[in-house]
Amino acid sequence: MSKQGETKRSRPRWLRFSNMAVARTSRVKPGASPAGEPRWLVPFVLACLFLLCALPLISLVKAGFAGLVSGNSIGVLTEPATYAAIRNTLLTATGGMLISVVIGALFAFSVSLTDIRGKLTLSFAFMLPMMIPPQVTALAWVEMTGPASPLLKTLGIAPPLGSPQPLYSLFGISVLLGVQHAPLVFLALKAGLAASPRDGVEAARLSGASPFRVFLDIVAPLAAPGLIAGAAIAFVSGVGNFGIPAILGIPAGISVLPTLIYTRLASFGSGTFGEIALLSSLIAAIAAAGLILQQRALSGRDYRIIGLSGANAAFSLGRFRVAVELGLAAILFLVLVAPLAALIASSLVPAYGVPLNWQTMSLRAYEEILFRQTMTLSAFTNSLFLASSAALGLLVVALPAAYLMNRRKGVLANTLGILIEIPYALPGIVLAVAFILTFAAPLPILNVSLYGTIWIILIAYFSSFLAVNLKPVMSAFLQMDPSLEEAARLSGAGFFRRMRDVILPLVAPAAGASIILVFLIATNELTVSALLWSAGTQTLGVAIFNLDDSGSSDLASALSVLVVVMVMALMAALETLANYLPEGVLPWRN
Amino acid sequence: MAQLILNHLTKDFGGGRPAVSDVSLTVREGGFLALLGPSGCGKTTVLRMIAGFEQPTDGSIDYGERRLSDAARALPPEKRNMAMVFQSYALWPHMTVAENVGYPLKVRGISGETWRRKVGEALALVKLTDYAERRPAALSGGQRQRVALARCLVTSPDVVLLDEPLANLDQHLRKSMEETFRIFHERSGATMIYVTHDQSEAMALATDVAVMSEGRLVQMAPPAEIYARPEGAVVGGLIGRGSILKLPVAEHAPRALGWPRLRDAIGSAGDGLRRDVLVRPEHVRLDAEGIPLEVKACVYEGERFALTLVLPDSQALKAYGDRAIPVGQKANFSISSGWRL
Repeated sequence: MSKQGETKRSRPRWLRFSNMAVARTSRVKPGASPAGEPRWLVPFVLACLFLLCALPLISLVKAGFAGLVSGNSIGVLTEPATYAAIRNTLLTATGGMLISVVIGALFAFSVSLTDIRGKLTLSFAFMLPMMIPPQVTALAWVEMTGPASPLLKTLGIAPPLGSPQPLYSLFGISVLLGVQHAPLVFLALKAGLAASPRDGVEAARLSGASPFRVFLDIVAPLAAPGLIAGAAIAFVSGVGNFGIPAILGIPAGISVLPTLIYTRLASFGSGTFGEIALLSSLIAAIAAAGLILQQRALSGRDYRIIGLSGANAAFSLGRFRVAVELGLAAILFLVLVAPLAALIASSLVPAYGVPLNWQTMSLRAYEEILFRQTMTLSAFTNSLFLASSAALGLLVVALPAAYLMNRRKGVLANTLGILIEIPYALPGIVLAVAFILTFAAPLPILNVSLYGTIWIILIAYFSSFLAVNLKPVMSAFLQMDPSLEEAARLSGAGFFRRMRDVILPLVAPAAGASIILVFLIATNELTVSALLWSAGTQTLGVAIFNLDDSGSSDLASALSVLVVVMVMALMAALETLANYLPEGVLPWRN
Repeated sequence: MAQLILNHLTKDFGGGRPAVSDVSLTVREGGFLALLGPSGCGKTTVLRMIAGFEQPTDGSIDYGERRLSDAARALPPEKRNMAMVFQSYALWPHMTVAENVGYPLKVRGISGETWRRKVGEALALVKLTDYAERRPAALSGGQRQRVALARCLVTSPDVVLLDEPLANLDQHLRKSMEETFRIFHERSGATMIYVTHDQSEAMALATDVAVMSEGRLVQMAPPAEIYARPEGAVVGGLIGRGSILKLPVAEHAPRALGWPRLRDAIGSAGDGLRRDVLVRPEHVRLDAEGIPLEVKACVYEGERFALTLVLPDSQALKAYGDRAIPVGQKANFSISSGWRL
């Protein structure tokens, strides 16, 4: 046996297998890829992602251009109302971003770097405002402040009737955007700090730096990228937020771009498609500008961490620890406990403006929404149907997409990644407009229109929550040793066999988390359904908004309380799954 | 049973130098081939092409009369009747030890009593019968390794591939696993291909050793032959612990050099073309008739002393001694044989 230098290259001989067990597979199809998945898988995933991600954007751009070219819609760009909305959008988004950065950074530094107690509880409680839908947050704050607040009335400190509600202002919108999006800054910064070098901090201490110098010279520069990224996400989310300015701005006549689109569409109907396409493009442009600014700020700040990471309790606070703990608890009380208490209080009063005490307390509002009002009942049915269909249905796309992105590097994985990023980067209101434009006309061939039905909301949900659904599954695949699948292949298992026996059992916990996360967010969604609903297809978010809009704040509060209870129950369900999940799936865990 | 033939096998991932370049070799029926080389030399890529996880960009792989892969087509791994022990063992964490071992049988539609018997036999061979119902997470590294091996045993595959299977084990376990591999090879009669960067593993186990470097096959020979007659500085440096000296040796001289020739070469003034000469430490011995060499280092290794000597022209030479020699002292040594590379 030696090197076969002289072996001639022979022509392929596709002979039958001598082994009986594999005899039926004797002929290999030409071009069979070594990856070994069925041939329809790539086209299937690409088609789904094109439909959900690329097509709406294409329709939006097309309608925008058509509006510009025909000249019918161009007038909207020069109206004073549009200017005011742009100004208000920029002001509230920037103000909200600043508040988010202050609160988020305080919590992130305290939880990641100091020795305060109860970190998991603090993180969990701090994440709640993000999980509670914005319209519920806004409603709770309105119930907490202002002359009619049952909570203030009960405590006897309510301002006199007729005095203005302080939150119906640009300032109020900014504060609430800040509270709503502070968890985003918290998460981004915490992720950055988790990678900060513990031995680097220790080395600086040994070099003689005081804790404050270490923070200034070592921790702060390393935390900067996370802070910048968090600030950018908070800004972009503020630009696209609909729930908060809808509850706080519309009564005061303050409009931002998302509420301007909503009121245009509500009052002028579908004739204004060109205009709303242009307005949506403005939102997309502002969001993109924010992200580009972030890229600029981040360039040159790529600090690769060498050595041990994980800055656990790098700083001991000593006697200030109790003070910091109390401060954080006070903030949580103000942004979480007090508004929720106000919400509960106003759901229990019999009528608007009545103070809450043992005599006046009643469960009438709950009885009304749960047993009498057909509108709220159908909202429950619709939201549960939409959320569960989206959560389960998305797995059909997300599982193969995540599989392909992990197994096939290169052009295909990059294309899929970009497609998935599109709806993720677009604010929800822009996505909703894009879906209206895509499906306003009857479908080709079938000649039925999805516009006005529940199906257009479902498709929009598929698109909006694809990234949410994909992330846990994707990290499960990333953490899975590829040789587990290769071992199954060598054992003789074909594609579906090894999917069933090896891959699916291993990604099951992450897929479960995906389902709960999407369900959680989708049941509370307002932005997309506010534009896409019509009689009979209202969602829970729309129901709360409409009840509040029509003055039934007690019913709106009762419905909101139920929503918050459901959010907490689902988060608790996720928490029990925590030990089986890949790292990074649950935002409030390390 | 048949021969596994790699014919001008090439794999180019499209980044400069091909990962594997024009490798041709034949593994004899039931042979045990060790693919040896430094990391990044392409040996794992060769193994993955044999398994079918990578498709060659040129050349072909045949098993007997059967074409497994070439640039146009590849038989998928699940149709090759091969088995592999992965470096990470690749045990499925959600299955018990018995389910892991029996999975290839299950895929082939074998169940019930036959399944239990075959799984039991395989587990008995690797001495894990008592662990059948445990999960892989509850096992030690060596036990996981043996589960992975039992999974290869269970279906009597044509070819068994082993990808650095001992890399994650401690020294003591390695020795006992080497023994298990040997028994496994004798009983199964399968062709085995063993990728490693550890030459002592390769020498201990294989019937043939193939040395790869920078994507190319440098030499393939039985262990004793590759040790005694290595081709080139790469193989000479990789196999054993020899010193490669640059000595003025005539071109027409025999490859195997005796002491008179070596003494002349070491003593000569240094003009003339210098060639690489491999000297094994066990061939350097204390000898009153030898030439005086200074001891630069002396390390106690338990069974002997490892000496580093300095030649007059300051080249280093490794030797073994049975007693310590103080550093800096000179002693007389002779070299019983050398091999011109």
